Amino acid sequence: MNVRTAYLLPALVLILAGCSELTKVVTSAGVATGKISEDQAKSVNRSAEAIEKTFQDITPEQEYYIGRSVAATIFASYKPYEQAAINQYVNLLGQTLALASEKPETFGGYHFYVMDTEEINAFAAPGGLILVSRGLIRCCRNEDALAAVLAHEIGHVEKLHGLKAIKKGRLTSALTTLAVEAGKNLGGEQLAEVTKAFEGTISDITGTLVNSGYARELEFEADAAAVRILRKVGYSPQGLVDMLDQMQKKLKPGSHGFGATHPTPKDRIEAVRKVMGTPGTLTDPPARKQRFTAAVARV
Amino acid sequence: MLRNLVIVLGLALIAPSPAAAAPTRMNVQVQSGQVRVTPTFLGKILVTVPYGVSVEVLKQQGDWMQVKTLQGQTGWMHKSALTTKKISMSAGTTTAKTGASSDELALAGKGFNAQVESEYKAKNKNLNFAAVDRMEKIKIAPPEMQTFLAAGGVKPSEGGVQ
Repeated sequence: MNVRTAYLLPALVLILAGCSELTKVVTSAGVATGKISEDQAKSVNRSAEAIEKTFQDITPEQEYYIGRSVAATIFASYKPYEQAAINQYVNLLGQTLALASEKPETFGGYHFYVMDTEEINAFAAPGGLILVSRGLIRCCRNEDALAAVLAHEIGHVEKLHGLKAIKKGRLTSALTTLAVEAGKNLGGEQLAEVTKAFEGTISDITGTLVNSGYARELEFEADAAAVRILRKVGYSPQGLVDMLDQMQKKLKPGSHGFGATHPTPKDRIEAVRKVMGTPGTLTDPPARKQRFTAAVARV
Repeated sequence: MLRNLVIVLGLALIAPSPAAAAPTRMNVQVQSGQVRVTPTFLGKILVTVPYGVSVEVLKQQGDWMQVKTLQGQTGWMHKSALTTKKISMSAGTTTAKTGASSDELALAGKGFNAQVESEYKAKNKNLNFAAVDRMEKIKIAPPEMQTFLAAGGVKPSEGGVQ
């Protein structure tokens, strides 16, 4: 491929993203005039189609690598809470709940960890890496409530909410490079370009998770998923209402975390009650109560 | 006779059409696809199939697919571990044998991989990948989950770990 063609291919895709039919016409012209080969034309056409599908085109493997970097970025701001007992407990509970989700298996599986902060917050990185703050765990008075917190985050993973935060057009340049260089190890320039797109992707997602929050509808969707998961496993969805009640009491006006990124607990309770139907009673057998109290004792 | 004919025709109408049957070949879309002896997460793992490798689907039972691996072993995989899309492999990895599919999973499958992560990591040394690695090591086996639920008096309704 000569230098001119190297510039021509990405340019074609960038200009014509979202209009694959037009792309086909132009690439045909490119082939006719000898500017690009048949194979390159096919490659560009495929890229344009891929761009139209945006986040759906992210493979499970990519979702995994995006999730790892999102979690590593969050851990740079929120220190991990290094206490084995609570981390083992949230994994026992969380990984058990995840098996009842619509997406029990992900590329790298579901893993949970506590963040050492009083702030009421939690993050679900794509692929199933879920971080929960000490502050949010303190809003839970029983295991059912903590199960609700984790099930809500699993809901975000299941519904691919993180990937939906990637800005439109962000992957365009990466897709173009990859289409042209398909099957090869990425060379210096291509690697730099794809890494740039990767950086942008991580920043889109962490920016949404940490600062702006998802759209209210996505939070309600995650709450609805939590109700479904809790019921399936055998926990009471009343745990979610109980936790939100506590959160309402603890959230200070203008606080960071859920106070800034989520609908108010009051609004969430209202929406949850609609999907919950009969609330049922929250039973807390002694053994369950005891292990919960022991696990969160130092949190 | 007429009544029988009506019943037979009625049955024909409600019978599933061949098009609705489970796809015959699917690709593993998780890092390590677990093929189990029984259609449950508690089922013993017979063999694991790597990401991108195809399996033959024999039948579907709820959320589980009975599959036959390329080596001829038969077992059950959860449907979330499988896709009809063709998996594009990362550059540098061994090309997997994939089933024919009209819908390719992302050209971008060749990027955003370990190579890109290490490049990103080198440029952003403040990020805490060590914590992510520690987190990923915590794996709970389904029998442990079952014991956890039973000990806490949590009775699953359907699906989940059972």
